[in-house]
Amino acid sequence: MPQNLFKIHEKEYVLPGTRACQGCGLSIAYRFALKALREDTIVTLPACCLCVLHGLYPLTPVLVPSVNNTFASTAASASGIAAGLAALNRTETTVVAFAGDGGTFDMGLQALSGAAERGTDFIYVAYDNEGYMNTGTQRSSATPLGALTTTTPVLTKQQHKKDFLKIMEAHQIPYIATTTPAYPIDLYDKFVRAKRIKGTRFIHIHTPCPPGWQYPTKDTIRIGRLAVDTGLCVLFEVENGKFRFTGRSRTLAEKGNKLPVVHYVERQGRFKKMSIEQLRQLQDWVDDRWEEYKKKAAESK
Amino acid sequence: MTDARIITGNQAAALAARLCDVQVIAAYPITPQSQLAEMLSLYVESGQLRAEYVRVEGEHSAMTVCIGASTVGARVFTATSSNGLLYMHEQLHWAAGSRLPIVMCCVNRGVGAPWSIFNDQQDSLSQRDTGWIQIYCRDNQEILDTIIQAYRIAETVYAPVMVCYDGFVLSHTMMPVISPPPAAVRKFLPAYKPHTILDANNPMTINSVLLPNRRPDSEGVVCDGYMEMRYKLQNALDRSPETIREVNRQYAEAFGRDHGGMLWTHRTEDADVILTSMGSLAAEATVAADALREEGIKAGVVGIRVFRPFPEKQEVVEAYRNAKAIILFEKSISYGYEGGLCSDLKAAFYGSDIRAVIHDYVAGLGGRDVKSRELVEAVKSSLARIAAGERELKTTWLNCHTE
Repeated sequence: MPQNLFKIHEKEYVLPGTRACQGCGLSIAYRFALKALREDTIVTLPACCLCVLHGLYPLTPVLVPSVNNTFASTAASASGIAAGLAALNRTETTVVAFAGDGGTFDMGLQALSGAAERGTDFIYVAYDNEGYMNTGTQRSSATPLGALTTTTPVLTKQQHKKDFLKIMEAHQIPYIATTTPAYPIDLYDKFVRAKRIKGTRFIHIHTPCPPGWQYPTKDTIRIGRLAVDTGLCVLFEVENGKFRFTGRSRTLAEKGNKLPVVHYVERQGRFKKMSIEQLRQLQDWVDDRWEEYKKKAAESK
Repeated sequence: MTDARIITGNQAAALAARLCDVQVIAAYPITPQSQLAEMLSLYVESGQLRAEYVRVEGEHSAMTVCIGASTVGARVFTATSSNGLLYMHEQLHWAAGSRLPIVMCCVNRGVGAPWSIFNDQQDSLSQRDTGWIQIYCRDNQEILDTIIQAYRIAETVYAPVMVCYDGFVLSHTMMPVISPPPAAVRKFLPAYKPHTILDANNPMTINSVLLPNRRPDSEGVVCDGYMEMRYKLQNALDRSPETIREVNRQYAEAFGRDHGGMLWTHRTEDADVILTSMGSLAAEATVAADALREEGIKAGVVGIRVFRPFPEKQEVVEAYRNAKAIILFEKSISYGYEGGLCSDLKAAFYGSDIRAVIHDYVAGLGGRDVKSRELVEAVKSSLARIAAGERELKTTWLNCHTE
């Protein structure tokens, strides 16, 4: 059972009036993440959907101090904030970097790798909506195989999604977690846990995006849950190298009742040009990773 | 008792950063800056300086770390050169736009391609429009003194300051430098007061997106649009010469060394020909001017110490008042036109009664040595052409095979 099911912090840090799209998965994720992190937090973010959510100067619906910086610099910005706070003996403040998949898997990779290697004391959150959604749904290295984007408008994306979690695992940081706004208590639990750990912590949020993925805005939670049920999004934690499935993914791993990816794919317009061959390749890719994770879970016992 | 030591420009810069009690340092090594990054590491690891040293993975992150740390209220320092500075370019704009009093040394070096590790000033000159104050140093003492002044200036006007000094010519050359007593520096340079405090009790989003026009906040107070913020940065730099001169004056009073505020002069009172440059080449020009005087040519030097903000029109016109010829030596070029300093100087003379012929030389690119006797020959050649009736002299590449 989720640890914080009956203990969710009541205070809202994201007030009504955000500039996020209707049905935005990030809005839900951010709301629960900030509830878990609470007051003494400084957020840093690049140009991204979250920057849009934060609203237009001089108004903001967000009640946590936040610092914008440029696209490639999120983790370095967090490093600077953490170093500044350390120099001023304000080490009780949690520094949290939030960036999308473009700002993490692509442009922000160098700064993130540097910060993680240095063991910078911060939480890095990659909210992954699988493309450059803020600029109009262009392809990123996190876009899955077979998805239409505005820069893969005819042929669909020809490559698999970058396995970014392996890159983060290679940095040997104390805490890595994956989560989804479709299971907000799972997300909340992981932020609470991450906040208590020192060093570089990485949280990947699979973030459904109605306009980018082309599904009805009411279906964000359904799509997010289908991603978990089909194994496209696997909920897990890696703490000090020990891997464990969490929540719904643990149940799936125990019962072996993972759904075929077609159940996830068929509900999204972005996959409408996906070929049967691509669907097979995507299923193989998911199955291979699933087996890898199961092996890791067994080894970590 | 004075604390005089024989040190390089890089060592002088490191010493200055230590005297300023910088709290966060972020640096990435690049020739010829490396020794400075190393010295600071030594200071921090051996406990001589209490600071957080972030050994970043690149210059873009070096400036980003400075921005983050300065935002939360720490005094920060970094240094770079050449392509490292260019790699920071995006963040230079971000630092100035955020109105953060970051001080950075640019150890001037030529820019690739092709590669050169040696000195010119193309790197910092090409960052002219980023909103940074740029100060050019003549010698190692001026490097140390200017860094201390730079924090006072930056923290007064809330704009970042780039302290530029020539790679190898100064960075790796040993000179006597007087180190002021730490207590006196602390008195001269009070603790940094950030313009914004990030606090859970007063949450705000810094540098969020804004619209072209001014917009009211939730209490109806109309707040700046993008243009108003840009205007305020321009206004801060426009007004900063007053601060720069005042800080220089107070520094001279406290420590006995006056490096000139915005510009300095050497034997210009009766000079017919005035040589002008920035950095160590301007110091070399003083040797050339003295040599020219020995040959009966009334020569002087105006050294441009602060390139941005550019010295105010009145001060510039006054400095060149009696000149009949002005000879510039620049270690950079604005491709497709002329040296950037030459253009700015001509613009400053617009509408004044200065009618001197101006001859611009591009010199010493990629570390090509410039000797004072070459400056002397260049000045004499310019004067001969002017005497022969030439009024428009095209930019000349000094000591460069141009056939």
